[in-house]
Amino acid sequence: MNMSHLPLLQQGIAVLAALVLFTSFALLAQTRLTSAIHSFAWQGAGVALVTALVAYSSHTSHLYLSAALTLGLKSLLIPWMLHRLVRQLNMERLVENIAHPAVLLLTGAALVIFSYWVSLPIEKLGLGDTRNIVAISLSVVLLGLWMMVSRRQVIAQVLGFMSMENGLFLAAVASTRGMPLVVELGVAFDVLVAAVLFGIFFFHISESIESLDVDRLNRLSEREEHS
Amino acid sequence: MADFLSLSGWLIVLLQGILFLLGAPLLAGWIRFVKARLQNRRGARIIQPLQDLYKLFGKEALVAHTASLVFRAAPYVVFASALVAVSLVPLLATNLPSAMAADMIVLVGLLALGRFFLALAGMDVGSSFGGMGSSREMMVSALAEPAMLMAVFTLAMSAHSTNLSSVVDFNLANGLILRPSFLFALLGLMLVAVAETGRIPVDNPATHLELTMIHEAMILEYSGRHLALMEWAAQLKLMLYGVLIVNLFFPWGIATGDTAGALLMGLLAVTVKLLLLGVVVAVMETVLAKMRLFRVPQYLNLAFLLTLLGLFSHIILETGT
Amino acid sequence: MEALNLALLGVVLALLSAGFALFSSHYSVLTRWLVIPLLGLSGLLVAVAGMQLLLSGGAVFTAELPFGLPWLAWHVRLDMLSGFFLLLIGVVCVAVAFYAPGYLREFEHGRGSMAVLGGFTGLFVAGMQLVVLADDAFLFMVAWELMSLSSYFLVTFQHENAANRRAGFLYLMMAEIGALCILLGYGVLAGNGHGFAFDAMRSAQVGGLWATVAFALAFLGFGMKAGLLPVHAWLPEAHPVAPSHISALMSGVMLKVAVYGFIRFSFDLLGGIQWSWGVAVLLVGSISALMGVLYALMQHDLKRLLAYHSVENIGIIFIGLGLSMVFEGAGHHLLAALGLVAALYHTINHALFKSLLFLGAGAVLHSSHQRDMEHMGGLLRLMPWTGLFFLVGCISIAALPPFNGFVSEWLTFQTALQAWSLENGVLRSLIPVAAAILALTGALAAACFVKVYGVSFLGQARSKQARKAREVDMGMRLGQGFLALLCLLLGVLPTTMIHLIDAIPRQLLHTGLDKATAHGWLWLTPLGGQTASYSAGLVLLGLLAAWWLAALILRRGGVRQVRRCDAWDCGFSPLNARMQYTATAFSQPIRRVFGMLFAIDESVKHDESGQLRHSLQVGDRLWGWLYAPVIRSVLQAGRVAGRLQTGHLRNYLGWTLGTLVVLLWLIS
Repeated sequence: MNMSHLPLLQQGIAVLAALVLFTSFALLAQTRLTSAIHSFAWQGAGVALVTALVAYSSHTSHLYLSAALTLGLKSLLIPWMLHRLVRQLNMERLVENIAHPAVLLLTGAALVIFSYWVSLPIEKLGLGDTRNIVAISLSVVLLGLWMMVSRRQVIAQVLGFMSMENGLFLAAVASTRGMPLVVELGVAFDVLVAAVLFGIFFFHISESIESLDVDRLNRLSEREEHS
Repeated sequence: MADFLSLSGWLIVLLQGILFLLGAPLLAGWIRFVKARLQNRRGARIIQPLQDLYKLFGKEALVAHTASLVFRAAPYVVFASALVAVSLVPLLATNLPSAMAADMIVLVGLLALGRFFLALAGMDVGSSFGGMGSSREMMVSALAEPAMLMAVFTLAMSAHSTNLSSVVDFNLANGLILRPSFLFALLGLMLVAVAETGRIPVDNPATHLELTMIHEAMILEYSGRHLALMEWAAQLKLMLYGVLIVNLFFPWGIATGDTAGALLMGLLAVTVKLLLLGVVVAVMETVLAKMRLFRVPQYLNLAFLLTLLGLFSHIILETGT
Repeated sequence: MEALNLALLGVVLALLSAGFALFSSHYSVLTRWLVIPLLGLSGLLVAVAGMQLLLSGGAVFTAELPFGLPWLAWHVRLDMLSGFFLLLIGVVCVAVAFYAPGYLREFEHGRGSMAVLGGFTGLFVAGMQLVVLADDAFLFMVAWELMSLSSYFLVTFQHENAANRRAGFLYLMMAEIGALCILLGYGVLAGNGHGFAFDAMRSAQVGGLWATVAFALAFLGFGMKAGLLPVHAWLPEAHPVAPSHISALMSGVMLKVAVYGFIRFSFDLLGGIQWSWGVAVLLVGSISALMGVLYALMQHDLKRLLAYHSVENIGIIFIGLGLSMVFEGAGHHLLAALGLVAALYHTINHALFKSLLFLGAGAVLHSSHQRDMEHMGGLLRLMPWTGLFFLVGCISIAALPPFNGFVSEWLTFQTALQAWSLENGVLRSLIPVAAAILALTGALAAACFVKVYGVSFLGQARSKQARKAREVDMGMRLGQGFLALLCLLLGVLPTTMIHLIDAIPRQLLHTGLDKATAHGWLWLTPLGGQTASYSAGLVLLGLLAAWWLAALILRRGGVRQVRRCDAWDCGFSPLNARMQYTATAFSQPIRRVFGMLFAIDESVKHDESGQLRHSLQVGDRLWGWLYAPVIRSVLQAGRVAGRLQTGHLRNYLGWTLGTLVVLLWLIS
C-alpha cells in the first residue's frame, strides 16, 4: 500500500490519526496541567474529525452522530469540567515535576513499536483502508495507560484514562465502522458520569490528605505512619 | 542523472552559487526588516547586510596575541564548507550536473566540518567567552543531529534515495499528497533548522550580552575580512536550511529542464517561497522568547520526537505489509 | 605461494626482533638499530603480503607448518580477510617503527628493562600476525594467548605504580575469560565438525540451538577482547598505562584482531547467520558506541579519553556487522555485503586514526610529561607538526569530509537506510533508531575532539611544563605523518579502497558490490548512482576552490596584513591562562543533559585550610551493577571452597581416600 494510491480522503484520515498519536505523546510529557487539558481537547477533536471522515467515506450516517457526540463530550464538555475543577482546587499554575521526560517519551516510542508489532496479524485480515489505524489506536490506549502509571497528579490520571477511551473509540471506528449507536450512547454517558464522579472525589481527597498526588493516597489507610 | 558535459548545466550551477552568495544576506536583511516592522520600528534597508559585508572586507583584521594558525584559517574553512554545501542544494533546477554529488548526508557532514572549525576558533584565543560558545554550540548541535538524521531517513525511506535531486523529483512526480510522515518531518526539520542557524528561541543573533551568546561568542574575536567571511557563512547556512525546507517539501515551481522560461519560473517560485518563510521566521522570533540553555535539550527532544513519529507514521500508515 | 611466504617471513622477523631484544639491556644501541627496524621490516613484509592478496582479488593460500601436536599440525591460511587484516597490522607496525626509537629514548635510562619491552613487543606483534594467519583452532588459541600474555607484560611495564598493576591484573583476567569463551565456542564447532581444523568447521552443519550457543560464546569472547559494553572495563584501565606506542598497537591493532576473530567465526566458520543474532549485535554495538563516547567526554586524561573512544568506534564497527547479519539473515545478500564493507572500512580507518592519535598523545607526553589535559594548552605553537597531524586525526575520528572517517560512517548510514527493503516492520523501525544513535554518537565525538584539541593545543598554556614543550624528533613526526597521509588518502580515494575490499564479501557471502565502482574512481556509488553517491575528490576540490575564492578574490584594496592585539577581556584585567575554559567545563552541558547515565559524585566542600574545593568523580554505573556483584560472588564462592583447606593432614588424606573410592566405583 502506498500513499499515492489512496484518495485524498484516506490520506486525510491517516494524517489525522498521526496527529492524534502526537497529542498522546504531548499529553505524556506535558508538565503544565492547563496545557495538558488543551492537548486532550485537541485529541478529542482529532478523533471526532476522523469519525466524520470515515462516516463520509463509508456512507455510514450514524457515525456523524458519534462524531458530534465525541466532539461535544470529549473536546468541549469534559475539558471545560476539568478546567473548572482545576480553578476550584487552585491548581491553575501547577507544574508537575517530571524527573526524566526523555525516558517517558522513549518508553512511549517503544510502546508504539510494540503495538505495531502486535497489530500486524490483525492487519492481514484486510479491513480496507483504515486497517493501519488499528495500530495507532492501540498505541493511544497503551500510551494512556503508561501516562496513568508514570504521572503523579490526579488530573493527569484522569486525562490518561480518558485518552485510553479515545483510543478504544478510534479502534472501533477504524475496524468495525463504529459500534451500534445504543452502545456508543451508553459508553458516552458512562464517561460523563465518570468525569462527574472524579470531580466529587477530588474535592474529598484534597480535603483529606491535602494534596492531589496519588502517591500520597496511602495516607488514607488506617495504619500508623512510619515517616 | 544529467549530462556532465553540458555547458549550460554548469552555467546554471554557477548561477545558483552566485544567487546563493548574493541572496543569503538579502534573506537575512528581509527577516530583520519584517521583524523591525512587526516591532513597530522602521528597520534598516533590506540590502544592509550586503553593505555591511562590503564594508567589513575593507577593514583591517585584528588577531589576538594568543591566537594560532587555526584562528586565521578557520574563517576560510567555515566559508568554504558552507559554499560547497549550498552549491549542492537544488535552488532553481533539479537535473543539474552537480546533482549526483548532492547527497543529504554529505550535506550534514559539510556543515559539521564548518561547525568543528568554528568551535576550534572559539577555543583558540584562550578567553572564557569563546570556550563557552564552543561548549554550548557542540551540545546543541549534538542533540540536534539525531532529529536531523531522522528527518533525512523519513524522506529517504519514501524516495528510496538520499540524493537531494531524487527526493525533489519524487515529490514533484507524486503531486500533492498528504503524508503524515512528511508533515512531522517538516515540523521537526524546522525546529532543527532554528537550532542549527542560531535563531530565537535557541540563540539570539542580535544579542550583545556575552553570557547569552552561542554563535556570536565563537566569532567574538573576529574582525575585518575574517568576520565578513564568518557572517556570510552563517547567512549562507540560514538560506541553505530555508531552501531545503521549501524545495524539499513544497517543490512546485522548480525547473526540471534547462530552458530559460523554466529557470525564470524556478527563480520566481523559490523567491516567493523564501519571502514567505522569512515572514514566518520573523513572526516566530518576535512572538517567542529565547530559552535558557538547559531547556534547549527539551526543545530538541521535541524535534526528535516529531521526526521519530514521522518515521513511525511512514512505517505504520504508509507502507503496510 | 609468494604472499604466504612473505607473511610467514614477517612473523619470523618479529620473533627475531624479540630475540635480539634480549641483549638490548646491555647494548642499548641495539634497540634503535636492530630491534625496532626488524619490527618495522616485519610490518612492511606482512603489509606487502596483504596488499598482494587484495590485489589478486580472490586468491587463497594454505600451508601446513611442522609445529604443533603430532595429530594436529599447525595450518596457516592466507585469504582475502586475512590479507586485509595483515595489511592493517603491517601499516601500523611500520608507523610505530618510525616512531619508537625517538620515544624510547626516555625509557633507556629508566627503571624498566629494555629487554622486556623489546622482547614482548616482538612477541605481541608476532602473536597478532599468527592469529590472522591461523587456519585451525589450536594455532589460533596459541597465538591468541601469546598476544594476550605479551601485552599483559607490556601493560605492566611501569609496574612500580600500584594502579598500573591493578589495571594489568584486570586486563589479564578479562583476557583469559574471553579466551575461555572463544575456546568453548571452537569446541562446539569442533564437536559438530569432528576436527579442530577450520576446514572441518566450515563444512560442519551445526543445528539451530548449538549454532546460537556457539555464536553467543564467540560474541562474548571476541566482544570482551574488542571492548564492547558491558565487558569493556579493562580497556580504559589498561590502554592508558602502557607506553604510548604500545597503546597505539593495542588500540589500533589488537582490538581489530578481535574483530577479525569475530568475522572469521560467524561469517566464515559458522555460516547460516540468523537475523536475530544481527539484532543482538546491532543493539550491543549501538549502546557501546553511545556510552563509549559519553564516558570519553567526561575524561580529562588524554589517553583514557582515547581508550573510551576505542570502545565507541568498536561499537560502530559492530553496528555495521550487525546490520550485515540482519540483512544476510533476511536474505538480502547485496545489502549484507554493503554492511560488511562498511564495517571493514571503519576497521581500517580506526586502526589508522586511533594509532595516529595515540602516537600524538605519546609525543605530547614525551615532550611535556603531562597526561592531563587540564595542564596542557597552547601546544600548537610549540609543536606545530604534532599539532597538525593530531588535527588530522581529530577531523578523521569526528567523521568529517573529506577524510576517511566520513566515508565509513556514510557507508554505515547507507546500509541502515536500506532497511525499507526488509519485510519485518519492527526491524524497519528499530534500524533507523540505531542509526539515530549512531548520528548522536558522531556528533558527540566531534564535540569531544573539539574539547581535546581546543584544550590541549589551542589557547594558552596552563602549566609550566606545557610552556616548556618542544617539538619531537624526526622519527616520531614521520610515524605520525605517515598515518595522517593515509587518513587523507583513504578519505579521498574510497572507491579504490572498496574495489580492494570488495573481494572479502565475495569470498564470505558470495556477493560483491558490483555497482560501487561503476562511475569511475571519483564516485562512490555502493548501490548504484540513483540511490546514493559520494564524491570525495569533488568535495575536496570544491573546498579548495572555495578557499581560493575567499582568499584571493574577496580581498579588497591593500588591507592584506593582520595586526596583533589583545583579546577582548570585557574591560577588566588582562586574561590569564586560568580564565580559559577547562576540559571539565567544556563538557559540563553534556554532563548535565546525560547525567543520569553516569554515577556522578560532585560536591563543593571546605578543606582543612578553609578553602572551598570542588570535586567531581564520574564513575561507571556498570561497575556497580555488573562487575562488583560478580566479584563479590566469586570471592564468596572462593571462601566457601576455602573451607576445604582445613590445615589438618588427616583431612587431606581423607579427601584423597574419598576421591580414590569414587573413581574406582566409576570405573567398575
